Amino acid sequence: MRFLKKFYTFIIFFFLYAPIVVLMIFSFNNSKSRAKWGGFTFKWYAELFRDDEILSSLYYTVIIAVISSLVATVIGTIAAIGIHNMSKVKKTVVMNLTYLPVINPDIVTGISLMILFIFIKLDLGFITLLFAHITFNIPYVILSVMPKLKQLNKHIYEAALDLGATPLRAFWKVILPEIMPGVVTGALLAFTLSLDDFVISFFTTGSGVSNLSITIYSMARRGINPKINALSTIMFITVLLLLIVVNKRTSRKENA
Amino acid sequence: MKTRWIATPYIVWMIIFTVVPLLLVFFFSVTVQTDDGIVFTLEHFKKLMEPIYLKVLLRSILLAFVSTLVCLVLGYPMAMILASSDLKRKNVLVFLFVAPMWMNFLLRTYAWLTLLEKNGLINSVLSIFGIKPLNLLYNNLAVLLGMVYNFLPFMVLPIYSVLSKVDKSVIEAAQDLGANNFKVFTKVTFPLSLPGVASGITMVFMPAVTTFVVPRLLGGAQFTLIGNLIERQFVLVGDWNFGSAISIVMMILILISMGIMSRYETESVEGGFFG
Amino acid sequence: MKHIKYNIKHKKQIVKFLALILLLTVSVPLMTGCGKSGNGSGERVVLNVYNWGDYIDETVNDLFEEKYGIKVNYETFATNEDMYTKIKSGGGKYDIAIPSDYMIKRMIDENLLNKINLDNIPNYKYIEDRFKNLAYDPNNEYSVPYMWGTVGILYNKTMVNEPVDSWKILWDEKYAKQILMLDSYRESIGVALKMLGYSMNSDNPEELEAAQNALIEQKPLVLAYIGDEIKDKMIGEEAALAVVWSGDAIYCKRENPNLEYAIPKEGSNYWFDAIVIPKTAEHQAEAEKYIDFLCDPEIAFKNTEYIGYSSPNSGAKEMLDPSLLNDKTAYPDDEDIKNCEIFQYNESLIKTYDEIWTRITAE
Repeated sequence: MRFLKKFYTFIIFFFLYAPIVVLMIFSFNNSKSRAKWGGFTFKWYAELFRDDEILSSLYYTVIIAVISSLVATVIGTIAAIGIHNMSKVKKTVVMNLTYLPVINPDIVTGISLMILFIFIKLDLGFITLLFAHITFNIPYVILSVMPKLKQLNKHIYEAALDLGATPLRAFWKVILPEIMPGVVTGALLAFTLSLDDFVISFFTTGSGVSNLSITIYSMARRGINPKINALSTIMFITVLLLLIVVNKRTSRKENA
Repeated sequence: MKTRWIATPYIVWMIIFTVVPLLLVFFFSVTVQTDDGIVFTLEHFKKLMEPIYLKVLLRSILLAFVSTLVCLVLGYPMAMILASSDLKRKNVLVFLFVAPMWMNFLLRTYAWLTLLEKNGLINSVLSIFGIKPLNLLYNNLAVLLGMVYNFLPFMVLPIYSVLSKVDKSVIEAAQDLGANNFKVFTKVTFPLSLPGVASGITMVFMPAVTTFVVPRLLGGAQFTLIGNLIERQFVLVGDWNFGSAISIVMMILILISMGIMSRYETESVEGGFFG
Repeated sequence: MKHIKYNIKHKKQIVKFLALILLLTVSVPLMTGCGKSGNGSGERVVLNVYNWGDYIDETVNDLFEEKYGIKVNYETFATNEDMYTKIKSGGGKYDIAIPSDYMIKRMIDENLLNKINLDNIPNYKYIEDRFKNLAYDPNNEYSVPYMWGTVGILYNKTMVNEPVDSWKILWDEKYAKQILMLDSYRESIGVALKMLGYSMNSDNPEELEAAQNALIEQKPLVLAYIGDEIKDKMIGEEAALAVVWSGDAIYCKRENPNLEYAIPKEGSNYWFDAIVIPKTAEHQAEAEKYIDFLCDPEIAFKNTEYIGYSSPNSGAKEMLDPSLLNDKTAYPDDEDIKNCEIFQYNESLIKTYDEIWTRITAE
């Protein structure tokens, strides 16, 4: 059984990572084409650091992803708790409205938000981009937290209150730890969605603020420059390193 | 409980950024710009009823349904494995699971092209063993693979987050009462995980209906799906009215099917936290 | 007790992780020397430029900023229609945009462009005469050409043993599943119309229906309808024939010498990307300086070298490698392109095109 588990995990992860490995390898390809191997080179990495446009996009992508996922997680978690305790009718209405950004094709969300911003005379730029990202992130947070709330034993909240805790303390010390996996999942999904969004971002940004997805999709007519492969490889290695660092620190703490 | 009011900031946000744009879309779907100004009409909805568009809609729903099913079948065991691994490895594994999604979608899909093509990597490896090149691209299998690749984490993570905190004592009680592993799963674990499954299905099925980039890139754009039909109306044709009408119909269809599903979920989950 | 202790550690771990991320995101701008955030930073004029992705040499904007002290906010778009939708809705105050021919015609008709004062663009003299007074801008009032090319058939000499001189070869059953078509209805319907001997810009319902039926007939022979991946596919020899833009053909031929490009005798499409100044521009004078800068032979040469497409700039051409100048793919003679047409924009046709395409792709 244990072998089966390990095998299955390996297969799934292999499936997930096969394309990633491929694209990393091609970041060292001397030829611009992914159809042939032109030899090993670091030139794309060098060109990457000379390209202000891509670096600027990277900056905005990361900032927007971090801020929007954090804000969405906070608003979404609180909202999920509130919705969870609503009457059935209200809950159904609110949840169905919450589903809308998830159902709607990106183009509809993107264009309708663009019109909204133009209508309230808000110049397209960083703020509108941020608002747009928070808007499509919140439903995913709510959808991640709700199952944990359903799983929660309602009596422990009341027990905490009975033992003299204020509602806020009861929330912080009792409910939050229990729903934490859902909150973390929501934050992760929100961050992931934000990193890779093109259509909505395209229609809600301006003033020179671009994100990586826009930069990359705009290359669609010309072919994706391997500089992007180089960038993705660097990003991925960074994430891996971060993981290793955090992991080492927590295992040290646990051994202490 | 006073707590229901804390959802207010979200409700306000939602009204501004979700409801108002929705009303705009609805407005577009029921009006048309004539020489005499804006007139109310149902002609866009009527246009959608033409057989050709219904075929497109059906195909999109079918693809989304199959993709969701495959994600569920493949993803549930993965979620179980993640939930049952020891604490230290758990977080690392979850992160590693999501990390591929942080690479740009186009790049990843192009990497699949490199893997699946006639002269691609998989066929190159197979040819070493003397196996003839397989036709792995521009067919339904390739599209399904791409869909599952993109949506799997959205199915796995919510199920995992619920399974990770399943009350061990309930399982132990069931085992004490003489249930074997299969019964424990079907009668205890799975029903308790249903809220996670419901969220997973929601987060996969809904966007899958309107997805079109994967079918375009891995399916060779042989078929129009409702997602690219809508996009074309807004961007290429400039017929925002028809595009909005299709969106509204889609929204209603999906919400109804979710509604039916949630009724099933409510009935089968005993206990829980219903405020 | 242990349970609660773990949760606290868990929370602390997460907070530390988030702090690390925040630190990183703050340090990135320090590394890149502060990203191009915000607009209107004091007295320096800022020019908003909107172009295709990967469609300018990466040093050009910096050189412009050095020369004139005008900051460039550079944004990119993926298709003409995306750009049009954004500008038409008022969603961006762009001073410069670089759309394609038919889109420029549309924008002129809908009054979305400012006139360009050619007196402010002395380098305009380098634009070849045959690229002036084009159908979409007959009096050269609204646009200055940037890049140009043709559409034709790219084929693999080892997989195609006959002369390629007609669109009909794309309907030949011998090449079933070896044919790649463009995932763009304008080009694909255009090819079908040309194959049947009609004009690419036909609005005759019978001719359009014939084109639709031809495409439906062709569908089983088509491997895929794709976009830019067509280049890598041909280089990788995944197909024998493909419809491509000439600029991409130049690149493909270089990467795989088995490939060759031909413009069919029935004629084809002759395309231009040109620089325009949208009505929402706030800095007309500076925009005209930018256009003049792009027409400087040195700069135009840099761009055509980087992008690899054909330049309309005679000064730039002089600096090119003679072998490239002699390559008919990049710089065809007038004789080769005598049957080529420029796409026209026709509002009423778009809906028809969409319906045709839906019908072709519904089965």
